[in-house]
Amino acid sequence: MFSQSDHAGFLPLDRLHLLVAQLMQQGYQCLGPAVENGAIVMRELEASDGLPRGLQAEQAPGRYRLTTDPQNRYFAWANGPQAIKPQAFAPKESLWRVERDATGMLQFEAVIPDVPAQAIIGVRACDLAALALQDAHFLREGRRDPHYAQRREELFLVAVQCAEPGATCFCASTGDGPTPTTGYDLALAELPDGFVAVAGSAKGGAVLSALNLSPATPQQLDAARQQGLAAAAAQTRSLPGRLSPSGDTLRDALMGRLENPRWDEVASRCLACGNCTAVCPTCFCHAEIDEPALDGQASRHERIWDSCFGESHGHLHGFNVRPDIRSRYRQWLTHKLATWHDQFGRSGCVGCGRCIAWCPVGIDLTEEVAALTAGGQP
Amino acid sequence: MSAKVSVDAGPPHAATVVARTQESPTIFTLQLRLDDAAVQAAYRFAPGQFNMLYLYGVGEVPISVMSDPEDHDGIGHTIRALGRVTQGLAALKPGDKVGLRGPFGRGWPLQEVSGCDVVLVTGGLGCAPVVSVIHYILRRRERFGKLVIIQGVRHAEDLIWREQYDRWATLPDTQVLVAASEGAAFWPWHVGRVTELFGLANFDPECAVAMMCGPEGMMHAAADSLLARGLPESRLYLSMERNMQCAVGRCGHCQFGGAFVCRDGPVFNWGEVKPLLGHRGY
Repeated sequence: MFSQSDHAGFLPLDRLHLLVAQLMQQGYQCLGPAVENGAIVMRELEASDGLPRGLQAEQAPGRYRLTTDPQNRYFAWANGPQAIKPQAFAPKESLWRVERDATGMLQFEAVIPDVPAQAIIGVRACDLAALALQDAHFLREGRRDPHYAQRREELFLVAVQCAEPGATCFCASTGDGPTPTTGYDLALAELPDGFVAVAGSAKGGAVLSALNLSPATPQQLDAARQQGLAAAAAQTRSLPGRLSPSGDTLRDALMGRLENPRWDEVASRCLACGNCTAVCPTCFCHAEIDEPALDGQASRHERIWDSCFGESHGHLHGFNVRPDIRSRYRQWLTHKLATWHDQFGRSGCVGCGRCIAWCPVGIDLTEEVAALTAGGQP
Repeated sequence: MSAKVSVDAGPPHAATVVARTQESPTIFTLQLRLDDAAVQAAYRFAPGQFNMLYLYGVGEVPISVMSDPEDHDGIGHTIRALGRVTQGLAALKPGDKVGLRGPFGRGWPLQEVSGCDVVLVTGGLGCAPVVSVIHYILRRRERFGKLVIIQGVRHAEDLIWREQYDRWATLPDTQVLVAASEGAAFWPWHVGRVTELFGLANFDPECAVAMMCGPEGMMHAAADSLLARGLPESRLYLSMERNMQCAVGRCGHCQFGGAFVCRDGPVFNWGEVKPLLGHRGY
């Protein structure tokens, strides 16, 4: 990434707005970072020069506070709570609707969303990896989800290399960051005087050539690579793929510890609020609910994000499969880190660290994994 | 199986209640027919698969199909009125409309069973997935060896279709073993745990297939008994239950290890689920 063979261009700092303008001109609704309720989220940019500068956030277990970047960079912030998940997998949407006429006849009809083409500026490598997993789930061969597909196909992704990972980040250990390597239309690395820019798709290439950039110099490319290495080295948390170089995989280690006492211990701290699943960029669970019209003549069948920490998730006629927090935390962690491998060929964790920062009691997934797998106790 | 009907994530197809039977105070059977004649004609299922039934304005529930695949005049669903949707379905009368999509999942391995003895184990209240297999086998009796029907219930009065069990017990090469943890007056069957009856089951472990459905603890105990009798693990099957909302492996509620029960099950081979079944809350 950011090597000579990428045909990288260099976008000077004062021309960043031209990239946004180009996307707007091509008809994209552009989303970029914005502060809302004390956190950085993705919102529509009003104008091509509307990208904010100097935003940063300090993150720790159960803690997220906005700060200011002394270098006044555009993308010196580590990820906020939102990810890009809502742009493809909507938090709530109609799947189909049904009308009932006076004779009781039912007429069903699919509801396919009408969504604008969106460009998201500032996507991180962890979120690209998460999006690839959501694609694997929702766009599975032979069972494409039409609602997800509709939103996903119209996304233009401008990725940015993370130069300042949060204290909760561990994407280097999961192999998903901090430098984007795949899944973007354009990728940027922010240097003091501008951006090294590479295209990752034909439509990204078209945007880049329209900007008519001069090629990035070898020094600029090297600076981008060094910045990525430094960001990886700055990460203090990690998630092992194996317990030791020749030891059990994390998958096997966790599945071999389903009755470990640590599950009880973490359950005594976990509030089962579901924040971790709401901010997790790979969680895909959703409930299906009916919303009948007030006049009783129609009903909409909606899907809405759900969480395996909720009481209804394991509901079965007359009893609950997962009646306690211990079994729900175990369900979440073993799916995410263990049986996800069986379903998708890799872990469901991309190292974004959101579940750590946004847990109200500061439960740290990397710490739980370490405690669960410490020693030989099953 | 018609690809057009079988892969429906929604919307459902409109269907009409053509008959309703009250099986017990809380259990009833709905015979449904799809309103679109072409859709009804193309509808095919295998015993052990399920449909999503939609009650207007309330929601959907997964219900296994209990009619015979060759009955093309209606699709049978035996339902226990327990939650919002099933209590609403219980109030329907012939002529009323519902939504139906399906069938979903993997059914019983009935093709592999040909020529062999079949042991059917059910626990709890009238386990429709297995009762559909009993009907299926009795209708094609020459294709199968001995039939052993083992049913456990908590209370004697929980056994629905009791006269059917009496009738099945009189058929040649058919053994019926029923147990109730709590008996009642004129209860002709065993009083105690159903697993106490496995020693009496008459089948050839060299050429037999077992299919189970019911509470997981009961199935675990039944599996231990059958495996101890010499039945190979590869010929032991069970039907799993989990919360299901989408039925196409998407909504996540029925995730069980590496499987989504709605898509990869509900029928599993014992070896596929054995490592996880004993863990409470999994």
